[in-house]
Amino acid sequence: MKSDFYFLADELLGKVQGSEVLLLNLDGEDTDFVRFNQSRIRQPGHVHQRYLALELIDGQRHAGARLTLGGGRLDHGHAADVLELLRSRLTELPEDPHLLYNQEPSSTDIDGESCLPDVADVVEEVIAAGAGRDLVGLHSQGGIYRGFANSLGQRNWFATHSFNLDWSFYHEADKAVKCGYAGVEWSSDDFSTRVDTAAEQLDILAREPKTLPTGRYRVYLAPVALADYVGVLSWGGFGLKAHRTQQSSLQRMTTDGIKLKDSVTLTENTRDGVAPNFQAEGFLKPDGITLIDAGAHADCLVSPRSAREYDVETNGAGAGEGAACLDLAAGNMPTTEALQRLHTGVWINNLHYLNYSDRPACRITGMTRFACFWVEEGQIVAPINVMRFDETLYRVLGENLIDLTCEREMILDSGTYGGRGTGSARFPGALVEDFNFNL
Amino acid sequence: MTEMVARHFHDLSPSVDFCSLRLLSRQDEVIEVRQDILQPLETEEDVGAMITVVDGGGLGYAATSDLTATGLGDALQRATDWARQTAATAIIDHGKVERPVQVGEYSCAIKRPWCEIPLRERIDLVRAECARLKTDDRVVDWSASMWWIAEEQLYLTADGSRTQQRFEYLVPGLSVTANEGSETVSRRFGGFDLGRQGGAEILDDVHFFEQAPVITEEVLQLLAAPNCPTGTMDLLLDPDQMYLQIHESIGHPLELDRILGDERNYAGTSFVTLDMFGNYRYGSDLLNITFDPTIADEFATYCWDDEGVPADKQYIIRDGILERGLGGMTSQMRAAQPGVANSRACSWNRPPIDRMANLNLEPGSSTRQELIGAVENGIYMKRNLSWSIDDSRNKFQFGCEYGQMIRDGELAEVVKKPNYNGISATFWRSLKGVGGADLSEVLGTPFCGKGEPNQVIRVGHASPPALFADVDVFGGE
Repeated sequence: MKSDFYFLADELLGKVQGSEVLLLNLDGEDTDFVRFNQSRIRQPGHVHQRYLALELIDGQRHAGARLTLGGGRLDHGHAADVLELLRSRLTELPEDPHLLYNQEPSSTDIDGESCLPDVADVVEEVIAAGAGRDLVGLHSQGGIYRGFANSLGQRNWFATHSFNLDWSFYHEADKAVKCGYAGVEWSSDDFSTRVDTAAEQLDILAREPKTLPTGRYRVYLAPVALADYVGVLSWGGFGLKAHRTQQSSLQRMTTDGIKLKDSVTLTENTRDGVAPNFQAEGFLKPDGITLIDAGAHADCLVSPRSAREYDVETNGAGAGEGAACLDLAAGNMPTTEALQRLHTGVWINNLHYLNYSDRPACRITGMTRFACFWVEEGQIVAPINVMRFDETLYRVLGENLIDLTCEREMILDSGTYGGRGTGSARFPGALVEDFNFNL
Repeated sequence: MTEMVARHFHDLSPSVDFCSLRLLSRQDEVIEVRQDILQPLETEEDVGAMITVVDGGGLGYAATSDLTATGLGDALQRATDWARQTAATAIIDHGKVERPVQVGEYSCAIKRPWCEIPLRERIDLVRAECARLKTDDRVVDWSASMWWIAEEQLYLTADGSRTQQRFEYLVPGLSVTANEGSETVSRRFGGFDLGRQGGAEILDDVHFFEQAPVITEEVLQLLAAPNCPTGTMDLLLDPDQMYLQIHESIGHPLELDRILGDERNYAGTSFVTLDMFGNYRYGSDLLNITFDPTIADEFATYCWDDEGVPADKQYIIRDGILERGLGGMTSQMRAAQPGVANSRACSWNRPPIDRMANLNLEPGSSTRQELIGAVENGIYMKRNLSWSIDDSRNKFQFGCEYGQMIRDGELAEVVKKPNYNGISATFWRSLKGVGGADLSEVLGTPFCGKGEPNQVIRVGHASPPALFADVDVFGGE
């Protein structure tokens, strides 16, 4: 794959004329997708896809296009035609005062080898794990490829061969245990352990569910739930453009001096993530960007366009200025003590369908989902029927945050919109007072 | 290319029970002007094919961007392998699904093709609208955009089906944001709630060129407005909020694949069960919901779904009673229920699943004045801003950009950050007024997400304004 891309890139880059600069980005994958329902197979299939994005620059004018690659020599002619189209289009476009691309070539190469099992063997194990149970979900596995090349001599390559089994065991109706197993090397023992752990929680779901009255509750947000809650900030919270146009959900941290708890340090941690460390304009991402430092707002994610617009340095963010590898620092509470420290309240394993209900106040609404439990005196009593919450981050990670766990969970993105995600998050769990359930 | 791929497919002559090819080619162009500066012009050509095989009761698919004879041959082999490997563990015997043989063509109606307007004029049009948005120093961000999509889909089966459909879509958008102190508010037009099939004539149809002064005035009203009060009151929703209310709390819960459990690990399940069809009171007598793929300019109008099933208008809810679900031929067989032709895929690289397509609230008879006049204490809200609903599609909460109190039958002061919540199973029973056909607007969203692997697809929703009784309303912090 890499050699095919560089072969194509060399040919296209050889067509650059005069003062032109050409940027090329490859995005591809070969994935087996197997969808399960009721411990049987709903839809199995395979996707082979390759996309090439070309950006032709001349001075401050630029034009871009993205096309599908089929593989082979036909692509060369097609891409060359598109390049010619972009060249003709340049004359019709105005100069772009916010254009910025990396002009200091820095090449990298991450070329993971495949240790993946035969997908048919995995499917057999999953079906076996679902025997006598109601298993529903998706198994994805295969290669993911990202490449960058420009006419300034820069080359970047990222390939990973990974799997992501994202599944649930259902008790009945909406009562289920959500599970995940992702990585690059499948271990039947690891999978079996996860199945057994989930099965234990499934037994609790058989108890009579409790319906909570609306109100404020002491809650424990498990790492996945906390990552989902804080992850909403990627939607217009971290970016420089959102801050400078006063639209960031964290705006009041800068305009009103609002602080979170001192124990809250949030980082875009590219070094420990699993995403490519380069972006579309060729900039490399630093190992880490501190977004919130000991409760205080720190840096923003800065795309090349924002860097030029607001006259600051870019830190390698993509155009959307969202996080790809969020990392919340650990706290002091051992996870094994979380139930006791919660004492009486709600144990929340998963959240669902989060959205801002008041962006300037960073108030986020959403639902509890899957296995969430009512806890009394440090003991799980019953599953709860789903509850809507509506609560501001300034309270959840501010005055109402009691503690974060010492241990953190690495959560690999299971998203597959357009293609398989390469994002990740590393989060502790959080014990929170007075969490607002409003429906 | 289309005929070459068709020849390759027929040359493959697969020896399986059923085999189809779905070839999709799509062109996109996004023109956005932000703060009077043209943003990077985004264009895309996406072409690929999916081969689906049914053999021995199993089903498998393989999607590829390699459209050579070799590439399609590889895809056929992979799809066949998947079908055979999983036949014994498939959720149904796919060989028993009746697949119609259809031949025909469909092209959406286009009066003024967007792509035939010279590029510079297209940019100038968007630039001109952007320039009308910065009307006050408190306006801190503003933009105008136009997203054009052209799609052509060929569906072939080894047993003789050949349908070909061509569509063009236009999604106009305007956005203006104002700030004062630590308060920031926005007003938008289109973007993610307004897209239609057709060409540049859509801009006149939706009064695009009249919107800039409206939203710039309203964003400043919002900046000076008090927070929406808290209370239980009547709620009048404009079509640009109704579309999402219909989408989230009627459309999704009635998708048969959700009811059958396919989506439980991701998008969720449904509070609706199969035994409710034919008898369940979903809403008041005023609630009439149709699946209607026949409205020429609506987003998801088509002649055949992505499994080649002919599409026609069907009542989903009539006079408040639930009649049928939203499920294609596979779901219909699994559920032993009638459905609709809504098996759709977002692109060539995702398999068809049950989607909403066009799901509309049929007009009532009320005038706008009658709807407002019927409210003693209430609120009017327009343009969706925030949306969230539980995985059974019951407990919802929505926020709108713009609110206006209604007292004693008349519109009163503007309020900001209006939110409301409720429960789908009871909310629609409080429907007490529906606007007439002249108030109905054809809207929809290009961003309906669902499925494993994930898919985001275009859906259409036409609705007049509607009035609900006794809704819990609240504001911001």
